[in-house]
Amino acid sequence: MSSATITTPPQLEMPKKHYLNDNYGIRSWLLTKDHKRIAVLYLLTLTFFFFLGGVFAAMIRLQLLTPEGTLFQADTYNKLFTMHGVNMVFFFLVPSIPAVLGNFLVPLMVGAKDLALPKINLASWYIFIVGAAFALAALVSGGVDTGWTFYTPLSSGYLKTHVITMAVGVLIAGFASIFTGLNFIVTVHRMRAPGLTWGRLPLFIWANYATSIIMVLGTPVLAITLILLALERGFHIGIFDPKLGGDPVLFQHMFWFYSHPAVYIMILPGMGVISEIVTCFSRKRVFGYSFVAFSSIAIAVFGFLVWAHHMFVAGISTYSALVFSLMSFAVAIPSAVKVFNWTATMYKGSVSFDTPMLYAIGFIGLFTIGGLTGLFLAALGLDVHVHDTYFVIAHFHYVMVGGMVMAYLGGMHFWWPKLSGRLYPEGWAKLAALITFIGFNLTFFPQFILGYMGMPRRYAAYPPEFQVLNVLSTAGASILAVGFILPLIYFLWSMRYGAIAGPNPWNATGLEWQTSSPPPTHNFDQTPVVTQEPYHYGEEEEVPVVP
Amino acid sequence: MSHSPTTTTEHHPALAHQFDSMAQQREASNLGMWVFLVTEIMMFGGLFAAYLIYRLKYYEAFVGGSTSISVSWGFANTLVLISSSLTMAMAVWSAQHGRRKQTVAFIALTMLLGTAFLGVKAKEYYDKYDECHIPGISFNAEGGPGCRTGNIAEELVQREHITPEAALQIARQTQIFFSFYFAMTGLHAFHMLLGMGLMTWLLLRARRGDFGPEYYSPVEYAGLYWHFVDIVWIYLFPLLYLISRHR
Amino acid sequence: MHFKLPLFPDQASTVAGQVDALYLFLVLLTTFFSLLIGLLILFFAIKYKKTPERKAEQIHGSTLLEIIWTVIPLGISMFIFAWGAAIYFHQRRPPTNALELYGVGKQWMWKFEYSGGQREINSLHVPTGRPVKISMISQDVIHSLFIPAFRVKYDVLPNRYTTVWFEATQPGTYHLFCSQYCGTKHSGMIGEVVVMKPDDFETWLGSGKAEGSMAANGEKLFQELGCITCHRPDSGARGPNLQGLYGRPVRLSDNRTVVADDNYIRESILNPNAKIVSGFQPIMPTFQGVVKSEEDMMQLLAYIKSLGEQSGQPLNNRTSPTMIRDTEVPNIQQEKKNKSETPQPQSEKKP
Repeated sequence: MSSATITTPPQLEMPKKHYLNDNYGIRSWLLTKDHKRIAVLYLLTLTFFFFLGGVFAAMIRLQLLTPEGTLFQADTYNKLFTMHGVNMVFFFLVPSIPAVLGNFLVPLMVGAKDLALPKINLASWYIFIVGAAFALAALVSGGVDTGWTFYTPLSSGYLKTHVITMAVGVLIAGFASIFTGLNFIVTVHRMRAPGLTWGRLPLFIWANYATSIIMVLGTPVLAITLILLALERGFHIGIFDPKLGGDPVLFQHMFWFYSHPAVYIMILPGMGVISEIVTCFSRKRVFGYSFVAFSSIAIAVFGFLVWAHHMFVAGISTYSALVFSLMSFAVAIPSAVKVFNWTATMYKGSVSFDTPMLYAIGFIGLFTIGGLTGLFLAALGLDVHVHDTYFVIAHFHYVMVGGMVMAYLGGMHFWWPKLSGRLYPEGWAKLAALITFIGFNLTFFPQFILGYMGMPRRYAAYPPEFQVLNVLSTAGASILAVGFILPLIYFLWSMRYGAIAGPNPWNATGLEWQTSSPPPTHNFDQTPVVTQEPYHYGEEEEVPVVP
Repeated sequence: MSHSPTTTTEHHPALAHQFDSMAQQREASNLGMWVFLVTEIMMFGGLFAAYLIYRLKYYEAFVGGSTSISVSWGFANTLVLISSSLTMAMAVWSAQHGRRKQTVAFIALTMLLGTAFLGVKAKEYYDKYDECHIPGISFNAEGGPGCRTGNIAEELVQREHITPEAALQIARQTQIFFSFYFAMTGLHAFHMLLGMGLMTWLLLRARRGDFGPEYYSPVEYAGLYWHFVDIVWIYLFPLLYLISRHR
Repeated sequence: MHFKLPLFPDQASTVAGQVDALYLFLVLLTTFFSLLIGLLILFFAIKYKKTPERKAEQIHGSTLLEIIWTVIPLGISMFIFAWGAAIYFHQRRPPTNALELYGVGKQWMWKFEYSGGQREINSLHVPTGRPVKISMISQDVIHSLFIPAFRVKYDVLPNRYTTVWFEATQPGTYHLFCSQYCGTKHSGMIGEVVVMKPDDFETWLGSGKAEGSMAANGEKLFQELGCITCHRPDSGARGPNLQGLYGRPVRLSDNRTVVADDNYIRESILNPNAKIVSGFQPIMPTFQGVVKSEEDMMQLLAYIKSLGEQSGQPLNNRTSPTMIRDTEVPNIQQEKKNKSETPQPQSEKKP
């Protein structure tokens, strides 16, 4: 393994004034307009929800150690997988990279002093908190057991749990997402530094821009779907209830119209992070920059055209199914293009293996597997067999955890020095990455086999011949948990004891590295002017800018 | 890569710290408001799509439901709302020309018209309550005890000359129409309420003299929002009130 | 702890092999591309490892490569799409000579009924070598019938029939699952499919005590509920003749033509005003609440299905509309009431 890219000149010290110590007191944080502080607020909130969702996951895996499933009652188990899904999807994955890394980095990367609409940004966080409050209220008053997909008429007429509270919480959190996306779109259009043309934007910006388009167009449809569900449940009107003349399949169409693009909201920013990491740790510009940029846009557009691939056996016509299957194959192509371009970026590069790069490589491998298993699901005749089985669960955990969460962790490690001014301990970080990779595969690979065998989703108990694979999966989960807890510990440790990072510990290109770590509140002492293309490695090695 | 000094030559009191010029601020807020309106179009759009699907499926029931709501009040409300858009446009013009008192007056007038709209809506909702047409447990389209009028089944037989059996089935299905009626007009009314809140804030700022020829964008964008809510009503009125009224 | 470790499901239907072939192809494809990417990365990481002398070569890209690695995956995808679609078409088109069963899913059990009237709960007996088609409906929420060994699955919806078909090839007992989350005992809504050789199956059919065939029970209901009053074969009948109706096209009063399948007949009973047969008046009252359960509905369907075959012309019994006015329409519920001393339950007022 090569040595780290970091060279630590002895004279590095923390900047005297930066965004973290600019103002003290709880009010300066709760009423901040600084995008960096808002990013930190989101970081704290989302870390909480990630671990909460993880606790539910742990309980699920414990239940599934035995076929009879006697650890929890069936009703409790149904609440566990619902709360795991709702938490992870709506209160962690959807906001994660945009609200934490995006909020922090977008203004820095475009050379602006802040996002276009800072008050909207703060409002976004408060709206998220309100939504989260509703969700937590639903949790403490007994939890919800609809499944994160809320299918009717089960959710609208047959369950006695606090469905409306949870639906309201989710839809309010959706508005937080809309405001974030809106802010990014306006910022990228109107706040770019002089000389920063669209063709010079970092790929992280392109990825977040594409994500923002999806957020802005798709989330409102989720909002109205959940509003209608709440009205139906509260007032017994008949929009989705067949007993009253409604159509339960309409709910599925409306729900998936958002929730499929939502998975692209989750993965696109992750892909943006990978682009940034791979280029830096190969010391080489991204291979096929414009193809990668336009692939992000293509994924966003096509992503809106495939929703009914969740409904191939739900009662849609054969011809509809045909169209949606075709589109689902089409949407896979841009992702494949990206994977090839990242791999080609490493060719004839100068590759090093710092932790962010380990996560990026892990992402490329696991996302490839996860994405290819999506083809199994897009193929109509095969989907009939594996739909609603553990095969689907394995597929989406490969792309969401093996993909998205790895990208999130990679990004956190890459930009931690910028965010905190400190370096995390590299040895522990590499160990955590390895543990995470092993734990992840052991948890989810057996689930592909279980799914093809026929083990359905959302089962609290299962036929005995499935036990061995379930035990392997639970064992993997316990290892994976360690891999996730370690960064929590050492990131916190590094805030106090980590080495000082300096402005550009990785010698990376990008405007965010041209200011101090942590940055001052106003980001740049002087507005940068951009004259070069992005990832201009290869010209003489970047000298770290000492402010 | 070179650096240049921060180019802020204007120091208008309303210039926010993240912008370099009032022009940039204006363009950013403009784009922001339009993107926000796109999200609103998607939200109402989802609702309209569901409405259209059920209207195709239960057309006669939608006709029956539509005839039982008052075209006169709906039309009156349409006029009220269009007028309020006019007064709003006048408020923007006044702000642009630095006429503080006029700006305040027009915003207040817009709010007055908005209140009138909501008042009429409340009356219509009450009428539906009286006729037992509110979807849910107590829904009754066949004229039951305690329901003032609202026997849609009978109206259908008399007006459309259909058989009582058919009329009965259609009348029961009008519950779906009314579900959409309340969901659509309710969501719209909720947006009107938000608009009223927006107008209140705008009024206070206008009174304070915040707006002038160099800076009137809040009035302009609040106006955009108000016009949008008006346009949604322009769609709602024919979709809900005017089904098959030509007969 | 149960130590058996099966890694692949049984192949017990004609379509299982087809599905498995596509699956194996995709497994190979996934393995190939994952290994390709994985090994390339490993190779590049080692060969181009960062050293003090190493300088990266700044390659912008290659449009040719981009085209190649867009077009080839696209081609492979379209191939997979076509293969999957072909299997799906096969799965969605039951053969005409299939043995027809009815199934009801309800929280939290499965009920199956054979045309001879045999009923099963949570188990399903089928013969080898003969296609079996199940028309199913839910009594409450959405369920899904899943038989992994057959590689078949379809959702079971409330208020609407869906179908699933298969041809079993191998005697044995296989799992049957509900695969659409449906509440508390979702994981308990399971059963077994018992596949028997045709002779054994006939024996089994004859062994249980069936209370009359579905069609016979349906005919009883048809008379009890008063359907016979209007739906008679004579020309003065108020309702369309149901003889030979099942599976035939019907012309409606708005000039559309629909096929009289399970869903059409069910709708005509519960919501008759939705589709009026051309030449008839919309005078049929709804039987919502009168037909009390999905099982009763299925008996009626079986009876109507059994009413012989006629010509293939669209059903349009009348050339001119009959002038029937309201007073002539019998109040069937009232007549039943008058007939028996005890009051009958009124039809529900809910829509």
